[in-house]
Order: sequence, then structure tokens, then C-alpha cells
Amino acid sequence: MNARITLATAGRVLTQLRHDHRTIALLLIVPCLLLALLSWVFDGEPAVFDRIGPLLLAIFPLVVMFIVTSVAMLRERTSGTLERLLTMPMNKLDLLLGYAVAFGVLAVVQAGLAGAVSLWLLGLDIVGSAGWLLVTALLSALLGTALGLLASAFAQTEFQAVQFMPAFVLPQLLLCGLFVPREAMQSVLSAASNVLPLSYAVDAMAEVAASTGLTAAAGRDFLVLGAFIVGALVLGAATLRRRTA
Amino acid sequence: MGDDPAVVIDRLTVHRGGHLVLDAVSCEVAAGSVTGLLGPSGSGKSTLIRSVVGVQKISGGTVEVLGKPAGSRPLRSLIGYLTQAPSVYADLSVRENLRYFAAVLGTAPSDVDSVISAVGLTDKAGALVGRLSGGQRTRVSLAAALLGAPRVLVLDEPTVGLDPVLRRDLWELFNELAGRGTTLLVSSHVMDEAERCSQLLLLRDGRVLAADSPAAIRDRTDTHDLESAFLALIDAEQVPSP
Repeated sequence: MNARITLATAGRVLTQLRHDHRTIALLLIVPCLLLALLSWVFDGEPAVFDRIGPLLLAIFPLVVMFIVTSVAMLRERTSGTLERLLTMPMNKLDLLLGYAVAFGVLAVVQAGLAGAVSLWLLGLDIVGSAGWLLVTALLSALLGTALGLLASAFAQTEFQAVQFMPAFVLPQLLLCGLFVPREAMQSVLSAASNVLPLSYAVDAMAEVAASTGLTAAAGRDFLVLGAFIVGALVLGAATLRRRTA
Repeated sequence: MGDDPAVVIDRLTVHRGGHLVLDAVSCEVAAGSVTGLLGPSGSGKSTLIRSVVGVQKISGGTVEVLGKPAGSRPLRSLIGYLTQAPSVYADLSVRENLRYFAAVLGTAPSDVDSVISAVGLTDKAGALVGRLSGGQRTRVSLAAALLGAPRVLVLDEPTVGLDPVLRRDLWELFNELAGRGTTLLVSSHVMDEAERCSQLLLLRDGRVLAADSPAAIRDRTDTHDLESAFLALIDAEQVPSP
């Protein structure tokens, strides 16, 4: 691995985004607007907003980074830039980590903004610290990036890549505990929920929002998330082939 | 010259999608030469080029570049590769693209300006690649291949869609690079470009029809231009078959 190449790749990905003002605006403003809408919907029941608001701060980064990364990586494959990079002295992990760093930075900005809007403008009331909220959102974004890199290997067109979002992410959203607590699900569903990564991002967020400092339960969720991220990145690296047919 | 060949291909066989694309091709690219890989569309030029760079899955045979297996790690900073479709980022400027590739290669940032000027894009350095014409994009991609002064340049149709003046300038650049010891393997389907090469590989239906200098090929076929020479070689090949 090579830190110079990883950082150059992260810088390049961020520069590409910087040229695309509309995407930046969508990435940063849409989560804030959705949270504002949510707080309005639960105007009479602030307790519900206090429970669901933080969970959305874990879900947005994963969903958004999944889509952005899978399309960006698919473009690398179809435009020939991936082939060029793999003929250069670049390790596959340098490329993947470069993406992870770039989208990690973006996620911190996104979650920071959405968190600030929620806490200070929308009156979101949590026990936990904003710092751990950001850490959880960052891990969720990295998970979305790692899964997006992996998913892009199975898409041949941008249409397909975008369709992977509902296919990969919506089932996780239904089973992550947002709608029904995971313990209250049927045993089959709760077993499925236990092996899906988003469940752990949502659990971690619920935990850090409800407690001061880092609890053992949140720490365990972070470790599981870390394992999913590393696992998806390694699998993603295995899908990048120097030699193709 | 007189050195070991820069590229040695021995009985290279490649199948793609169940079809035989290269049929036990054996040939060499002399060090410091500008070797033209000529042949019609579909003859296997791009597949041969991809095999030399080491990104093509092959069914048999060997490809060695500078004495090492094609695609092996030590070669990755010694080979410059131009893909047929321009492989650069449309949403970055010319200079941003080249700065990134220079960082990956670990070459000096000053190299970026010199390759931009070598392909004649200095006045477009700040423009987004997506806003450039097709020929200009090809040149950005070529500039990326020139970064780091690679010892071997493998260029897949570098002059497609370029105006004649630019084509002449690029061929002058290729010969200048060869004069400084770089080995170039350049594919083209335009026969008049073949005259600008020191060596030619004529490819047809996945097999090498001829490998020699342009003059030697004309002499052997008793023709005055390479187009006729190519036709004569095809005819000669078809005679012995029963």
C-alpha cells in the first residue's frame, strides 16, 4: 500500500465532485431538508422525532455513499481509467482506500451539517454527544462506500448500478429496526436483521444518542461495522482484475 | 539498436467470447524502434496491444517486455499505455487529470506541463476534459501515457480523428522519442502512417502476415505502396490453401 497514491486518489475523487456543484448541493442539503420534513411530520410528538432523527443520521450516509460510489466506480471500469490505473504502479487497495477517504470526508461534512441542523434548528433532543453521532455517521458512510464499491462489480451499466440501491439497501432499511424494533420481529426476520450491516449502524446510532460516552454495546456495534467495512473492501479488491477478457 | 528486443511475443493465443482472436502469434519489437501494428479493424490489434500491457487474459503463449513477463509489477512504471478510447476523467481539467496520474506514477509535477505541451494542449490545460473535442481527449490520454518518460510506449490508435497537421506532429514526436531510446508500439488502421514507422507488423485475422521494415515489405512484394503490399501479402497467403 502507498499513502501517496491513496491520498492522490482521494484528492482526485473530491476534485471531481467539486466540479459537480449540483451533486454537492444534493448531497449536503437533501438530508437536512428530509430531517426538517420529518420533524414537521412529527410536530406534535417530539419524542418520536428524538428517536427516529438520529437513526436517519446513520441511514443517509450509507444510502447516499452507496449510490455515489457504485456509479463512480462503474465509470472507472467503463471509461478505461481503471484499466489505465491498473497498468500503473497502483495497488487495488490504494484505489479503494482513496475512495473511502474521499467519501469519508464528504460524510463527515454531510453528517456534521445534518446533525447541526437537527440539534440546533429542529430541536432534536439527545442524551449522547454530537461527537459520537459523527463517528457513527462516518462509519455508516464508509460502509456505504465499501458496499458500493463491491456492488459496482456486478453492474454493467449505470442503470443497473442505480437499481442496486433498492435491491441492496431497501431490505436492510426495512429490517434495521427503524420501523419495528429488531427484537420484536419474527425469528426469521430478526435473524436476517442480525446479519445485515445497516442494523449495526442503526443500533450504534440509537445507543450513542441515548447514552453519555461510549457504551460497551455501541463499541461492539462499531467493531461489527468495522469488520463489515474491511470485509466489503477486501471482497471489492478481489473483484478488480488486472487482466480481463 | 542491436540490443535485446523490447517486446518478445511467443505463440500468443487469445480467445475472446469463444472466438479465436490471436492465433499463435510470434513476433518481436526492436528496442528503440517505432513499430507500427497495422491491420484492418477486427484483426486483433487491440488484443495484441492489451496483451503486451498485461491486461488481456490469454489462452496460451508468452509475452515478455524488457525481459519480464508482461503485466508484472516491475514493468508498471516502465510502460506508457494509451487505450483506444480516451481513458481520462471527463469531469476533471486536463491538468488535474495529468497531476493525478503523475502522482500515481510518482513522477515530478513539472512533468505535467511538459507532456501537456508535447501534445499541443497548453492553451487547454485548465479546460474540463468533458468539454474538449474527441481528438483533444485522445491527446490528453496520450499525454498521460507520456508521463514519467516510460521506456516502452504502447499506443492503441493514437492518431484517430486528428487533423493532418497534428498527426504529422505526433509522428514526429514518436520518432523523436525513439531517437532518445524509447520503444514505441503504435497501432493504426491507416496505411499511410505505416511509412512513418521503422518496423511494421501486419496483422490480419489474428495472424502476423509480415514483420519487417516498410522498404523490405515493399521490395518483397514488388509494390510501391504499403496498401498494395498488404493486398499482395493477403493474395500470396491465399494461393497455397487447397
